[in-house]
Amino acid sequence: MNRAFPIATVTAAIIAIWYLGAVFMNAAWELDQAARAGAEISFAEIIPRTMAQERPILPAPHQVAVELWDSVAEKKITSKRSLVHHGWITLSATLLGFAFGTTLGVILAIAIVSSRVMDISVMPWVIASQMVPILAIAPMMIVVMNAADLDGIVAKASISMYLSFFPVVVGMVKGLRSPDALHLDLMRTYSASGAQGFLKLRLPASLPYLFTSMKVGVAASLVGAIVAEMTLSQDGGLGARLLNGSYYGQTMMIWAALIASAALAGGLIPLIGAVQKLAMRGRPA
Amino acid sequence: MGSVVSATGLSLTFETDDGPVNALSDVSLEVQKGDFVSFIGPSGCGKTTFLRVIADLEQPTGGEITVNGVPPETAREARAYGYVFQAAGLYPWRTIGANVRLPLEIIGMSKVEQAERVARVLELVELGGFEKKYPWQLSGGMQQRASIARALAFDADLLLMDEPFGALDEIVRDHLNEQLLALWARTQKTICFVTHSIPEAVYLSTRIVVMSPRPGRIIDVIESPLPRERPLDIRESPEFLEVAHRVREGLRAGHSYED
Repeated sequence: MNRAFPIATVTAAIIAIWYLGAVFMNAAWELDQAARAGAEISFAEIIPRTMAQERPILPAPHQVAVELWDSVAEKKITSKRSLVHHGWITLSATLLGFAFGTTLGVILAIAIVSSRVMDISVMPWVIASQMVPILAIAPMMIVVMNAADLDGIVAKASISMYLSFFPVVVGMVKGLRSPDALHLDLMRTYSASGAQGFLKLRLPASLPYLFTSMKVGVAASLVGAIVAEMTLSQDGGLGARLLNGSYYGQTMMIWAALIASAALAGGLIPLIGAVQKLAMRGRPA
Repeated sequence: MGSVVSATGLSLTFETDDGPVNALSDVSLEVQKGDFVSFIGPSGCGKTTFLRVIADLEQPTGGEITVNGVPPETAREARAYGYVFQAAGLYPWRTIGANVRLPLEIIGMSKVEQAERVARVLELVELGGFEKKYPWQLSGGMQQRASIARALAFDADLLLMDEPFGALDEIVRDHLNEQLLALWARTQKTICFVTHSIPEAVYLSTRIVVMSPRPGRIIDVIESPLPRERPLDIRESPEFLEVAHRVREGLRAGHSYED
């Protein structure tokens, strides 16, 4: 594992910069406190205090680690203070939305590739859909769906779907169009039907493109679920933790939720990679 | 009705941005059953285009052509030919066996018969035992042999080959030429073979069609005096050299350098 060393080096550098930042950003508050108490405070005294504040501007890494440990391992997973509980809420909305988004994306891509009319009429809308800032449209979509009495998870999943279908459509269209002239001619020499050409050539040829865009799509799904949770914060989830953290100045809570969502994405992408390996075994990397 | 391919006054003009290109102009040719016909000429002479017209991959703009006595489209739908392209064009996600099986799956042959056919044609191109390998695990020559096996799979009487060995080195090419002749002798197929190598054309063919570009046309059709049984060293014989000389003369005559 010669990859371990570079990864460790970068991690160490990030942590070092983080500690420096924590000292620098939190020092002002310590100086202010000292000035109010009319006391002089030395630089050596400031440093340890900047890393032990209750509501630091930038919490030190070990404070975030403690908060993470506390909210992941020390709490019962059914507790509303458990990050596992909130993580699961986010994950379930993400996965549901991702499943919707991938299905929609694949269906749209097949329609676009097989029909010129669909290509002309639908593709511009697919692209336009992503021009709308999701932060602006998500609350409105959720309000509307709430009024229609839809379940919270469905509302959140539809935001995920909205973000994740796009890379799947674009990638899958490219993939379905990827067979070269020779491979298409070959099908013609066999007098293969359109369906046979699709199943035996276009579909398998599109798989690498599909999985690549699914990796982008699942990350977008997670972002969508978190954004939706900021509007539907009463249901919990990592997005709700982020929002609550910022309401109450609980920076450690925010950072812990951020790291938890990064870890989720970090787990989901290799998961798709594993499915890809299984679906494409035998092919050269 | 011995003609497998019969073309009369065939022409094909491509409309391009730089004006029309006469890929084929007034081409007439009969290919008899059991013939090994080579098409030779510089690039742009229409040899590949002619093969593609036979295969119904291009539509002629004038003249008549029949394949097995019917129009090319009907012949293609009846799976009258196997086509070998310049590149092997194996599907990378399929094993060698599955690639050869592809046309059989498409015509809806039973699984048992598929397996039996695949084993037989792979044996024919000396690739027995490579069924479970993926294309990237094979050399270029082996991949091209697999693509020949694929073209042989549904046992069409006509084999259309478009510079199948063009990308291979001389040593591999010699070996494959020898194998191809053996295969032709064993299967009694009619073969149309496009090449730009004079020795390859002379060594393989019963007839050599010399073509010339701008417009693509036939310059000369040479009946080979060589016997059907051809060891590699026949290429040193006077008859061989004489045919090669005539092909070279034809190519030179057809090649205009005025532009």
